Amino acid sequence: MLADTIVEVAGLGKTYEAGVEALKDVTLGFARGKLSTLLGPSGCGKTTLLKIIGGLIPPTAGEVRVEGKKVDGPGPERAFVFQDFALLPWANVLRNVAFGLELRGVPQDQREEVARKQIAEVGLAGFETSYPHQLSGGMRQRVGLARALAVDAHIILMDEPFSSVDEQTRRKFQEDLLDLLRHQQKTVLFVTHSIEEAAYLSDQIVLLTPRPGTLSRIIHPDIERGRKSSDEIRRDKNYLDTVDEIWQILKQYVA
Amino acid sequence: MTLLGTRIPASLSLMLWFIVWELVGRAKLSTIFPPFSQVVVAGITVLPSEKFLRAVEISLRSFAIGMALALLIGIPTGVLMARVESVGRVFGTWVNIFVSAPISALVPILMGVIGIGEGTVVVTVFLFAVFVIILDVQVGTKKADRSLVEMARSFGAQRYQIYTKVLILSALPEILAGVRLGAIRGVKGVVIGQLLISIIGIGELFELYSKHFLMEEFWALVILVFAFAFLMSEAIAFLERRVEYYASAR
Repeated sequence: MLADTIVEVAGLGKTYEAGVEALKDVTLGFARGKLSTLLGPSGCGKTTLLKIIGGLIPPTAGEVRVEGKKVDGPGPERAFVFQDFALLPWANVLRNVAFGLELRGVPQDQREEVARKQIAEVGLAGFETSYPHQLSGGMRQRVGLARALAVDAHIILMDEPFSSVDEQTRRKFQEDLLDLLRHQQKTVLFVTHSIEEAAYLSDQIVLLTPRPGTLSRIIHPDIERGRKSSDEIRRDKNYLDTVDEIWQILKQYVA
Repeated sequence: MTLLGTRIPASLSLMLWFIVWELVGRAKLSTIFPPFSQVVVAGITVLPSEKFLRAVEISLRSFAIGMALALLIGIPTGVLMARVESVGRVFGTWVNIFVSAPISALVPILMGVIGIGEGTVVVTVFLFAVFVIILDVQVGTKKADRSLVEMARSFGAQRYQIYTKVLILSALPEILAGVRLGAIRGVKGVVIGQLLISIIGIGELFELYSKHFLMEEFWALVILVFAFAFLMSEAIAFLERRVEYYASAR
């Protein structure tokens, strides 16, 4: 394993009570400060893998170590962003973003100060007193992201965060996400079923096979993102090659 | 309601019925129906009487204690039944039997066990209200958003925080519906309990008025009890609508 591996997954397996084997013997590492995507066809267990790393469901084989410590439940160094946003409908944006801190018993003025800062970071300043149902899908997911950032976790786990967001919003969101995460030095584990999204965002792409999910390939796209604009990246030869390479692998799993 | 293109306030239909009542009363078709105006007069004279105020006080107290017990026991039981499968299975059948059972039939037995007095009325209110509360809370908690619970867990929520900060609030629309239905049944519980015991509170007054054929006073009391039940149910319904507004995104 690399020296700066922050999440280690060793021999991980998950068989659900009904007898469905979702994951089998998955071993891999995630580098600190990098963005990794978990990619694969539907039902390949990518969300299961993410939730096991998040400590939300226990594995039936193997183990996950985060910063050297074995995972046996959720922890403050990991924060989750959910596919369906999972915002409290009765709470406004400010309280939703501060919810993680509220659960930890942080005093109200302190947690709201942190929340306001993160709301501004994700571009929602001015919406603090809005309620989730007054926001668009893209804005709701920004709230979800701000909530994850507010607890100051090192690792952000994102479960298909853009799948309920329309395409235009999605592109803008992806760019903002890259900026924000590079800025904040977070390690991000990102589940997606979009090849383009994976190639565009990732330092590392983990490809899983269909049920039971096993490790298929790990790809490190060699895309120089430094000063390039998003449109330049999307025309970059390495980006296009990565998309093609992933498609060549995934296409054999598509019936 | 609209008539010939103009909107008619709902209170007008009530007025219409009072006018019909007045006419029927004036026509002296039946001694059971005195004119509405006389009922109002009787109501105004009875209201400030000490006997009436004491009856109201006793009735309200029985209702409040019975309802408080029903909420205190009903809400946690409903939540537990939804969250713990074995509890749900053990209590489920009983709650379903009792929610549809004619509880009034048990009141004479309660009188035998608890005695003829306020205690029996309190227990009657409790029994009338508690089962529908349990059932609604259970449904609400079961329906509560699982992803919200998962979210709270992922942010390190303690077990009690999942209940206080997510489940209860998420189930609030159903809980309030249960409270409203429970309160309506609770009013029935007070009246039926006191009628069967017939020596305390509103029940004693009902018994007294009907025995001595004081129909004006009798109807005044009926209207008052109806109005109380209606206003309380409306007040809770108002709360429900406020809560629904925030829960609309579920």
